[in-house]
Amino acid sequence: MSLFFASALYIAVAVLTIGVMWKVILYARTPVPHMIAVAPVPRTRLGVLNRLVRETLFFESLFRASKWTWFFGWIFHCALVIVLLRHLYFVTDPIPAWLGMVFVPSDYAAWLLVASLVGLLGRRVVVSRVRYISSPSDYAMLILLLVIGASGLHLRYGTDVNIVGVREFMLGLLALSPKDLPENLTLYLHVLSVVVLAVVFPFSKLIHFPGYYFSPSHNQRYR
Amino acid sequence: MKKIESPNIKERAMSHGKPFFESGSDQSSALVEGWKEIAIDKLGEIADSNRAFRLFLDSCVKCGACTDKCHYFLGTGDPLNMPVARQDLIRGVYRRYHTLPGKLFPRFVGAVDLTEELIEDWSTYYYQCSECRRCSVFCPFGIDTAEVTMAGRSILDAVGLKQKYIHTVINNVHKIGNNLGMVGPAIADTLESLEEEVEEDTGVNVRFPLDEPNTEVLLVVPSADLYTEPHVDGLIGCARIFHQAGVRWTMATEASEAANFGLFVGDDSHMSDIAERILATALNLGASQIVIGECGHAWRVASSYWDGLFKDTMQGYQQLPDPIHICEYTHRLITGGRVRLDRSVHDDKVITFHDSCNVARGSRMGDQPRDIYRIPRELLKAACTNFVDMAPDTICENTFCCGGGGGLLTDELIEVRVSGASPRVSALEQVIEEHSVTHMAAICAICKSQFRSVLPHYGLGTDMIVSLHQILGDAVVLN
Repeated sequence: MSLFFASALYIAVAVLTIGVMWKVILYARTPVPHMIAVAPVPRTRLGVLNRLVRETLFFESLFRASKWTWFFGWIFHCALVIVLLRHLYFVTDPIPAWLGMVFVPSDYAAWLLVASLVGLLGRRVVVSRVRYISSPSDYAMLILLLVIGASGLHLRYGTDVNIVGVREFMLGLLALSPKDLPENLTLYLHVLSVVVLAVVFPFSKLIHFPGYYFSPSHNQRYR
Repeated sequence: MKKIESPNIKERAMSHGKPFFESGSDQSSALVEGWKEIAIDKLGEIADSNRAFRLFLDSCVKCGACTDKCHYFLGTGDPLNMPVARQDLIRGVYRRYHTLPGKLFPRFVGAVDLTEELIEDWSTYYYQCSECRRCSVFCPFGIDTAEVTMAGRSILDAVGLKQKYIHTVINNVHKIGNNLGMVGPAIADTLESLEEEVEEDTGVNVRFPLDEPNTEVLLVVPSADLYTEPHVDGLIGCARIFHQAGVRWTMATEASEAANFGLFVGDDSHMSDIAERILATALNLGASQIVIGECGHAWRVASSYWDGLFKDTMQGYQQLPDPIHICEYTHRLITGGRVRLDRSVHDDKVITFHDSCNVARGSRMGDQPRDIYRIPRELLKAACTNFVDMAPDTICENTFCCGGGGGLLTDELIEVRVSGASPRVSALEQVIEEHSVTHMAAICAICKSQFRSVLPHYGLGTDMIVSLHQILGDAVVLN
C-alpha cells in the first residue's frame, strides 16, 4: 500500500508540475496581437501590478458581480491557502518556526473550507442560471474538494492517525527513499483524492491559477 | 436606487433573432464544402494566435458572475445570452477537438460535437452579442466574451455564413470609402450645405474644410455624421468649437469614415485596410493630429488596435502623433480658455450621459485611467447647468450597451435590439422620473441611431438623443 501511494504521489507531482509548466509556456508563447485591457486601464506598471494584486487578494471584480459567490469563493480560497500552509508541516525539516502560528487558525480554516464548498455547491444547484451553465465536471470538482476537506477534518478530529508517521512518509518521499504510510482508510481517501486533483489540475478549469496572470484584460496597460 | 432585476430563464426565448446572411436563409446550402474541418481548424488557429482566446476558453470556472450582466440576457431571458453560455457554444467545440479531456470524456466536461444545429446557434447567438464587454468587467479573470464572439463570427465567415449588414458596410468602405457609400462630391456638397445652414442660423461663416493640407487637425467622423440626425448636429458642434478656438482643421474625402466594422468580425486584414485609409490620409495631407469623432468603436480601434496593426508594418506610423478623441481635444480647448460657453442656452434641458461601451471599456482618454468617464461629463457640465448621471451600476465601466452595437444595427434584428436596450432605457426612465431628464447625450453614431429606432418602442421621444458636441456647440459663444 505504501508503495502504491508513494508512486501515485510521485506521478501526481510530476503531472502537476509538467502540466502546469506546459500550460504556462503555451500561454506565454501565444501572441497577444492587440490591446484588449478592460477599462479603466492603468497607465503604469505599478498600476497593473496593483490591479493584479487587488484582484488576487480581494477578488474585486467578483465582489462587484455577486456578493454570495464572492463570499463563498473568497472564504474558500483564503481557507485553502491557510490549510495548505499547515501542510508544510509534512514536508519541511526542520519545521519553520512561523508555522506554529498557522496551526490554530488552520483549525478554523478547515471548517470554513468545507462550509464554503457546501455554499458554492448549493449556489450551483439552487441558482438556475448557474445550474444552466454547469457541466458534470463542475459538480465533480466541488465534490472532489469536499472529499478532500471532509476527510482532512476527519483525520484531524475523528480518527487516530499517526501524524508523525505521515510526516516521515512524506519526508521519505522527498528524500527519494519512501517509508511506510500509516494505515488509515481516511488517510488513504484523503491522499488519493489529492492525487486525482493534482492530475486533473493542468487539464481543467483549475488552471485559472496561474492562468489568470496571463489575462490581457487585466495585465495590459496603455503607453 | 432601483436594482437591476435578473429575469427567469426562458430557454430559446430569442432563438428566432437571426440576422440576414449574404448566402440567404438556407444554412445547409450556404455552408461551404468541408465546413466542419474548416471550422475546427480555424478554431485551433485562433487559439494558437490569440492568447486571450485560449486562456478564456481554458480558465472559466463557471462561477456565474457574468450570468446576469448582459443586456441581451436581461432583455430576453434567453440563457444562451448569458455571457458564459454564449462562450460555451464555442468552448464545448474547442474542448471536444482541441483538448485531451474533451477527447476522452466529452460529456463529462461539457464538450460537444460540431453539428449543423450548433452552427445555427452560433449564427444566432454570436449576433445577439454587441461585443460591449460588460461581462468582462465582472469576471474575476477578465474573460471577455467579445473575443469569443469575434472568433465565432470569423469562423462563420470562413464556412460561408457572412452576416449581410456588416459585410455590406465593409464592402462599402473598401469600394467607396465609407459605410454609407457616399461618394466624394456628395461629401463636398454636404459640407457646403452645412456651412450655409450654420451661417443662416448664426450669421457667422463657420467653415467645414475638406481635404485641406497641413492643418493642425484631421477630423475623422463616422459617415453618419454627414447624413443623419442627431449625428450631423454633433459635427456642426465640432465645427463651431474649432471655428471659435481658431483651430485649423479639415476633414478628408479619403478618410470619410471613422467606423471600422472589421473589428466586429474579428478580421485583422479588414480592420487594417479600413484604418490604413485614415493614417495614409493624415500623412498625405500633412495633418499634425488625427482627431476621432463621436464613434465608439472607431475610438476603440484607434486607441487600442492601431499600434498592433501598424507599429511594425506601416512606414511613417511612428511619426504620427497618437490619435486623440474629440472629447479630449475639445476639453483641452475649453479648459485652456480658447472657447467660451454660455450655459444658459441649455437651461430648458436636463441632460444625462450615455457612456458608449467601446469608449467606456475599450479605450483611453487623457492621462488618468478614469478620464474616459470624467472628460465627457466635464464637457457637458461646462455646457449646461442641469446635468445628472444615471444609476451607478449603469454608467462608466458598468455602462449598458445601447443594444445596437457590434454590427447588430440592422432592421431584421429589431426585436433583439429593442430587448437589449431595456436595461439602459430603465435607467433612463428612472432619471426622467426622478430628475425630469429631457435629453441623453451620446458620443457614438451607433448609439444615437439605435436609440432613435428603439426609444419609441418604450414610449419615449426620439428627440431625447443628442450628440455631446451638439450640446457643446450650441453653447459656444460665436463671434
